Amino acid sequence: MGGYGDVKLLRDDGKRLDGRAIDEMRPVTIEAGVLPAADGSAMVTHGLNVAVAAVYGPMEAHPRKIQRQDRAVIDVRYNMAPFSTGDRIRPGFNRRSREISKVTAESLESVVLVERYPRSKIRVEIEILAAEAGTRCAGITAASVALADAGIPMRDMIVGVASGKIEDTVVLDLDKAEDNYGQADLPVGILPNTGEIAFLQMDGDLSIEEYNLAMEYNHKAAKEIHEIMVDALKRRYEGGEN
Amino acid sequence: MSKGQVGAELRLVTPGMVVGPSSGKRAGSGMIAENNEFIATRVGWLNEQNNVVSVQPINSAYMPRSGDLIIGFVAEVRNNLWFFDVNGPFQALLPMSLAPWKVEFGSTRQHLGIGDAALARIQEVDETHNMVLTMKGVGLRRLNEGAVVSIPVNLVDTLRGDNNTTLSRIRDVTDCRIIVGDNGRVWIHGDAGDMHVARQLIQTLNEEGHKKTFESAVQALENERGEH
Repeated sequence: MGGYGDVKLLRDDGKRLDGRAIDEMRPVTIEAGVLPAADGSAMVTHGLNVAVAAVYGPMEAHPRKIQRQDRAVIDVRYNMAPFSTGDRIRPGFNRRSREISKVTAESLESVVLVERYPRSKIRVEIEILAAEAGTRCAGITAASVALADAGIPMRDMIVGVASGKIEDTVVLDLDKAEDNYGQADLPVGILPNTGEIAFLQMDGDLSIEEYNLAMEYNHKAAKEIHEIMVDALKRRYEGGEN
Repeated sequence: MSKGQVGAELRLVTPGMVVGPSSGKRAGSGMIAENNEFIATRVGWLNEQNNVVSVQPINSAYMPRSGDLIIGFVAEVRNNLWFFDVNGPFQALLPMSLAPWKVEFGSTRQHLGIGDAALARIQEVDETHNMVLTMKGVGLRRLNEGAVVSIPVNLVDTLRGDNNTTLSRIRDVTDCRIIVGDNGRVWIHGDAGDMHVARQLIQTLNEEGHKKTFESAVQALENERGEH
């Protein structure tokens, strides 16, 4: 949220710079089972974002101090590849990737039936290969599909979506320019079947009306993305009578 | 495999999918009941049998249950016990008292060393996944010869078939001794050529497992070998 109010992000015809309507999402494609060595995996492209998630486990949690006697722990590592943006990113963990790993792990813990696997660890690796605003959402969507692909029991999948505000207008799914020069960003993790919120972050300011409208857009987009997620899993196992 | 829905169309479900009302029925594995509705928790085929609605998972990790016949590899040896890798999230423990030999304290390594394969049964599993194995039982032994190959755990039933019929056919057609562990490990023993054929067949299962192609692969092999 740079707050550069003089950057024009809406065209005179009311559309956005890339030609989308204000409640239009960037195109999303999802493929499950892209990594043969992982127990479960998925690749999500969301606009120009590319996120790959791999799931390993459940396995014995190491070091032992992280073990929980009554449930599994979910160990998420979100990382952006050095070549994922125009400016090279220094490899390794940084403050931002730590934060995103933490919120992703906590939101996944709310849907995975962690009590089924005491003392275990489920390792989720999210690698962002290309970034264009909204990578945490693409990452969490990829992680959900990868967990389902790995056969980890979950009460629902999480869909990551974001809305925001540009030029005092609430819009769905910010792209890079809108994220950088817009006024607010509201990424959320939604459980599509119940509409529950698994995580919610807000950058910038929204009035209550704007927030409600942004959430309305998010819920609508979550339903659309959820259908693509289910379709990805079905395509992976299509024709697959056991 | 029996689906309990003879003639009905198989339905693939994904986590969170509302399957239907839960009244009068019980939730089986891969299913939870919430607000009088059944919700699937895994990707798999919907299955209803004897009033129990469950999901036959397509992909799942091995979760040991007591009584399972498993093929394990020795991962660690202590003076009075062995730790086995049983393809699960945790290692299983075989105390010397449950080994089939008379073992003196400190002589465990003479019977089973690291990397050795053994056929064992799971004696008990507690709620925190501590597992105890036993090798006291008919047929439980160290596997000195042959080869061990892995298959996904959810394909164990496919390999065995109803009442082990498919497995018997594979044994006959490949002329190999084959033991299928519940933990997704398969022991094969026979002539080198026969073992190669058996391994190729299992490879087909690994690649095509959730399709009916495995059945036709067994059939094709029977036809081919029957001619010779």
